[in-house]
Amino acid sequence: MALQSLDIKQRSATTTPSTQVRETIEIAKLIDVSACIGCKACQVACSEWNDIRDEIGSCHGVYDNPMDLTAKSWTVMRFTEVEQNNKLEWLIRKDGCMHCADPGCLKACPAPGAIIQYSNGIVDFHQENCIGCGYCVTGCPFDVPRISKEDSKAYKCSLCSDRVAVNQAPACVKACPTGAIQFGSKEDMKDYAAKRVTDLKERGYEQAGLYDPQGVGGTHVMYVLHHADKPDLYAGLPANPSISPLVSLWKGFAKPLATLAMAGVALGSLFHYVTKGPNEVSKEIEDEIEKEDAK
Amino acid sequence: MIRDPKDLKRYEPAERANHWVVGISFILLALSGLAFFHPAFFPLTQLFGGPTWARIIHPYLGVLMAVSFLAMFFRFKHLNKMTPADKEWLGKVGQMVDGDDHNMPEQGKYNGGQKVMFWAMAICMLLMAVSGLFIWRAWFGFDITLVRMGAVVHAAAGAFMIGLIFVHVYAAIWVKGTIRAMWYGTVTRGWAKQHHRGWYRQVTGK
Repeated sequence: MALQSLDIKQRSATTTPSTQVRETIEIAKLIDVSACIGCKACQVACSEWNDIRDEIGSCHGVYDNPMDLTAKSWTVMRFTEVEQNNKLEWLIRKDGCMHCADPGCLKACPAPGAIIQYSNGIVDFHQENCIGCGYCVTGCPFDVPRISKEDSKAYKCSLCSDRVAVNQAPACVKACPTGAIQFGSKEDMKDYAAKRVTDLKERGYEQAGLYDPQGVGGTHVMYVLHHADKPDLYAGLPANPSISPLVSLWKGFAKPLATLAMAGVALGSLFHYVTKGPNEVSKEIEDEIEKEDAK
Repeated sequence: MIRDPKDLKRYEPAERANHWVVGISFILLALSGLAFFHPAFFPLTQLFGGPTWARIIHPYLGVLMAVSFLAMFFRFKHLNKMTPADKEWLGKVGQMVDGDDHNMPEQGKYNGGQKVMFWAMAICMLLMAVSGLFIWRAWFGFDITLVRMGAVVHAAAGAFMIGLIFVHVYAAIWVKGTIRAMWYGTVTRGWAKQHHRGWYRQVTGK
């Protein structure tokens, strides 16, 4: 038990069950996209609390800054201008790890204990066990983990597991000035989202809804979207994310089968030797050669 | 040291050295690769100075193997063309495995099974090298779909190749008098006459 308040539910590259006895509540962060003003206080709070200072980049002529997630920017605001029904909308989405219930990163990771899923739903990278292979990037349906160029370890949002462990909300939640980021039990967050969705529908956003994609078993970072029918509008948020079938094939049942097949070939060879004996030069041919030499 | 001057030379020193480089790099690649293949094999990373070192070293060993395999491929390619006699040999391989090689057709320097092994290894090596580049994140950043396909192909071809090598190594252990050809390059005339009569007649003129 790492921390009493954070029981481990699943760990990477581990084939036996982790602690299953204690039942803790699932937590979630809810990002209400309709209430976000794009101030980036969450980005700053993240950098502040986690002691990470990304390189100062250059202006690309858009509001996105930095332009993408990096090993030192675990959350970024993504700004999209969308024109629909003769109306311009400025959609702002705080991007970062979704903390999937069925995490593709954890499934793909070959290093025992480098990726941990706590029973509260947080998926955390333990860099001391990370070997830097990048398989988590290969496994993630949301393109979130980033490999650091300095230490070759993978980094991403930890949902402030250190804060949550002592009953504090994540840093980004604390910093948000409009209440667009909420934190609590997953059930409470769903209830809160339902109220927001009702409100948005009353205000004319008929397709408003909660983004809690079931293809990855639901997530512990959820969005309230005004256009929940088109998540793709929000800087390419996938409509039906799931672990790629290629990743499932790579990390699924094929591996134990292949391991058994390899062991089968090795043992088969051994028992072939034991049952059939070696393939030696026959006495007949040895005699022929001896006769030749005697001539 | 020459035990019997009438022994037949099967491999030149350069050919043997080439085979050993391929063999050693393969063993190291298999051990480190298996560690990432399934958690049961993860402790093998300790042979390489720990898991992170294993991850760093593995692809460079892969480059070494790919290059040395390519050299070996060009050395032996012309000796591995399939002939009708090879197909006949392969048709009867069951009898041979069962312990009776009296009905096997005459074979040249390599038999049909060895030729199939040669080409299967060449295909696996190509798949391993290309898919390996796709997933080598220290140097390359390919499209995610290519990386995912690379991961699947690398794991599948790797497992298959380990199986092939088990068969290759076992065949050398099973057929007595073979392994010395890999060490010092010669085989006895009896060995050649029994297992590769076409080659025996070619080199002895009998």
